[in-house]
Amino acid sequence: MAENLMKLEVTTPDRSFYAGVVRMAEFTTTEGDVGIYPKHIPMTMIIAPGILTITEADGTKKQAALMKGFVEITKEAVNILAEVAEWPGEIDLERVERAKRRAQERLKHKSDTDLTRAEMSLRRALVREELSKRM
Amino acid sequence: MASIVDIKRRKASIESTGQITKAMKLVSTVKLQRARVRAEESRTYFNKMYRTVSSILAQSDNIDHPYLKSNGSEKKAVIAVSSNRGLAGGYNNNIVKMIRDSGLNREDVMIYGVGHKAMDSLANRGYHIVSDDSEMIDEPEYEDAVDLGNRVLKAFKDGEIGEIYLAYTNFKNTVVHEPTMIKLLPVEIDPKEKEGEDSKTLMNYEPEPEEALSMLIPKYVCSLIFGALVTSVASENGARMQAMDSATTNAEELIDNLSLAYNRARQGAITQELTEIISGAEALE
Repeated sequence: MAENLMKLEVTTPDRSFYAGVVRMAEFTTTEGDVGIYPKHIPMTMIIAPGILTITEADGTKKQAALMKGFVEITKEAVNILAEVAEWPGEIDLERVERAKRRAQERLKHKSDTDLTRAEMSLRRALVREELSKRM
Repeated sequence: MASIVDIKRRKASIESTGQITKAMKLVSTVKLQRARVRAEESRTYFNKMYRTVSSILAQSDNIDHPYLKSNGSEKKAVIAVSSNRGLAGGYNNNIVKMIRDSGLNREDVMIYGVGHKAMDSLANRGYHIVSDDSEMIDEPEYEDAVDLGNRVLKAFKDGEIGEIYLAYTNFKNTVVHEPTMIKLLPVEIDPKEKEGEDSKTLMNYEPEPEEALSMLIPKYVCSLIFGALVTSVASENGARMQAMDSATTNAEELIDNLSLAYNRARQGAITQELTEIISGAEALE
């Protein structure tokens, strides 16, 4: 493998989402946005809802929504185990809009227990919306 | 010997049973193919999940975490995955048998049932049933597994249960399905895994290992539950396919035997009639 490339695998419970040789992977973790280049030190990170940007070997960029999961960086490869991952084409904007409104509604009324849940679902909706807009 | 009419009736009835079993076999073959693809597609995820969690635990021997030690409760939760429909050979019964022979004390076991069949017969044997999620086995979705996983994890955190087991049928291939029981919590890692190569590279965590574990272990539990559901569905259809295949073969064998008996009886009747005619004619001479 060339010097500046690394293996990236994105796996979800129901499919192998992406597998390939890439230059860089960018995503959001619980600690903030990160970009991973080859030869990163081994690390495990928890994913927060955000956009995954993959820069492939030939420089083309691919984007996808990445919701929950974790990343394991080893010497050989970067493994992303995601519970939910979607390409822009797979996002149903109408559903996103509904989810967004519902979440905002809940946040307004502050039905206390569901607050974190509503917040999470609002964040997911916003990520999906953002990604669809970029395309 | 049974009369010709009786044999004929019996044969017709077996024939229609044979048709049903044959149709069921075809249906489960199709379902098996689909379930198998799903099971295989999801397998990579679980293998990776298991490997990652094992390697984290292997490197962090001294982590003191609630998920890694018993909370003192005697109660043991068993998630029993079976099917909603029977006619699948020993599939459901094997799960029941495994739970019964697991050495767990019946009074301490709390059953989280997925699939009516094993759950009902466990209930008949006096096991305590906590919840029924039978509808999720029809079309297992990851969200279902998360939902069930969160409930058992909550019970574990609240100290209602001290250990969590998962009983399911592992799909090895079309003919081999193994009833399997694994311990989900407290997490126990095979000592062999600890000596793996992975443990030699030093892993960094962001956030800290304790915090990372609190997030990873629920995911680990949920993904194992989902894996168990998917692989069990494949096993169920495989088991049903086999059961229906042998039922069809048996029906064909019975029909063959009955055809033979029927032909003999018919021939016997003809011979008898002939004898009667001939002897009648002779008596007239």
